[in-house]
Amino acid sequence: MKEKKIAKSELTSFLDSLISEYKVFAPVKRDGFVAFQEIHSGSEALLDYANSKKPPKEIFLPQSEVLFTYRLGGEGLGIEEPSFEDEPMVIFGIRPCDARSLVILDNIFNSQEYKDVYYTNKREKTLVIAIGCNQPSSTCFCASLGGGPFSPEGSDLILIDIDEEYVVQPVTDKGERLVKKHSQFREVKPRGLSSMRKVTQKAEALIKSKVETGEVKKKLDRMFDDPFWDWLHEKCLGCAVCTYLCPTCHCFDIADEATDRGGRRVRIWDTCAFPLFTLEASGVNPRPTNKERMRQRVMHKFKHFVDNYNVAACVGCGRCIKECPVNLDIRAVLNSILNR
Amino acid sequence: MKNPYLPLAMRAEKIVIETDDKNIKTFSLSFLNEAEESGFNYLPGQFAQLSVLGEGEAPFGIASSPTEPGVLEFTVNKTGVLTTALHNLEEGAIIGMRGPLGNCFPLEAFKGKNIIIVGGGFAFTTLRSLVKYILYHENRSQFGNVTVIYGARRPGLLLYKDEFKQWEARPDLDVYLTVDKADDGWRGKVGVVPNIIKEVAPSPEDAYAVVCGPPIMIKFTLPVLRQLGFPPERTALSLEMKMKCGIGKCGRCNIGNKYVCQAGPVFTLAQLNELPGEY
Repeated sequence: MKEKKIAKSELTSFLDSLISEYKVFAPVKRDGFVAFQEIHSGSEALLDYANSKKPPKEIFLPQSEVLFTYRLGGEGLGIEEPSFEDEPMVIFGIRPCDARSLVILDNIFNSQEYKDVYYTNKREKTLVIAIGCNQPSSTCFCASLGGGPFSPEGSDLILIDIDEEYVVQPVTDKGERLVKKHSQFREVKPRGLSSMRKVTQKAEALIKSKVETGEVKKKLDRMFDDPFWDWLHEKCLGCAVCTYLCPTCHCFDIADEATDRGGRRVRIWDTCAFPLFTLEASGVNPRPTNKERMRQRVMHKFKHFVDNYNVAACVGCGRCIKECPVNLDIRAVLNSILNR
Repeated sequence: MKNPYLPLAMRAEKIVIETDDKNIKTFSLSFLNEAEESGFNYLPGQFAQLSVLGEGEAPFGIASSPTEPGVLEFTVNKTGVLTTALHNLEEGAIIGMRGPLGNCFPLEAFKGKNIIIVGGGFAFTTLRSLVKYILYHENRSQFGNVTVIYGARRPGLLLYKDEFKQWEARPDLDVYLTVDKADDGWRGKVGVVPNIIKEVAPSPEDAYAVVCGPPIMIKFTLPVLRQLGFPPERTALSLEMKMKCGIGKCGRCNIGNKYVCQAGPVFTLAQLNELPGEY
């Protein structure tokens, strides 16, 4: 599909016109960190940021979400489903790694057998507009996971910053239709395309960390009983920040919140890093210590997910590296696995 | 689009105390809505999530058989928050139910085979479903000889006592009941389940073994079955794990790359041997 361009000075007016038609989520600064939130004016969107602290998965899988409400005392269970909104949505300014994470999550929530209506309802009506990464961070390793700073996977449209303007690459038909519809997009000259190539090459060279994740899977296939797991977890505090901030971690708990006449059933992010995650009512816990739980996290991402969906449950965004309080670096973990 | 998280409304028609410690009850549930009943098709070995609204939800094997329409039965051991809430209910109470979930016993592979059904303690629930399914008059001729070996710590802890009495009287299945410790009125066998299997010594020829029980029983039963000559491919087990969604999404009941709620709860020993021993 043919590239276009949009001047940075026209971006706000483009976002404003999107806002008139869609519910638009964009990165904004909130309480000192960057997060994806609904914006009501194009000028609210933050454009010069590395990545959000919390991944945009929360737009589709909120940290806490009502599955249904109920009222006691009537006929039957008195259950009421939440209303599913019809308003189409746009995520603007998502990074290519996080856009890929949505495709990975689709494997779980949009599976053949059971469609998770809460997720798919929002996902299907959302346009994804990514901005490529001219300045990857030192913790970025997307290129090792089949992505890259300008990877189109998961996006409908991707914007590449070439100083005064963005080169716009439509990825899907939906993206192309959006470009055709809005007057802010114009023809891009060969000079613009050659600056784009320079920018992308420079950014790709900035990603220094490299892990052979394909080889990791082969090693993990035979490593369940490896003594490696005995010490890997030693400095882990079990705080679970790595899983909460991971754009592909999707485990959740389901709980009831009750009053005397009714209540609601909610699902809440949960994590394999916590002992209660697998604790059975009998007292049995198949993953009783940090050892088993750390093994589960690594195995789920780099072995089980590959077995089941032919893709690792990691996009190399580096959030778990940045935020780990004890500097447990997943790249170092993977490299140690390669050396086993 | 169907929402897989919404429970259906069921009425507790009958609640029966099974054991002398009153810790295990069987709930007979009926559908409030007839259309929902006709859309609910299950096979022995499958499970469902039972809800007490305000308390939560937990998975239970279905103890009734699809050959007895109009009723769904669950046998519940009082252990945690939800099972206590279920035990506190009275007949007529409305219970939420989501299902059927998981796979079933390998019924196609069972056809034409002799079936050895081994159970222990309160883990006879889906085995009861299987026995009833096989004994159903339209199904019985599809299976060979059926042997049931079932044990508990003492006679008062055996489930489904009245049904076992009827089954013992039938000519088309062999029933061996055993307890670890007998009381005065006990006329069955005495001894742990693995020892009774050794004594009964069912032939592995053209046979399939199905085992459900507490971990300690499983641990000592599997070597006995192996010694008798049952290959791992013809030894089926049903597993339990902590579950929330029951539909392969919430991420907690996996053994290796298999979710017990979807790939299981029934596995052959051959399948389990391929997976890590984390259960």
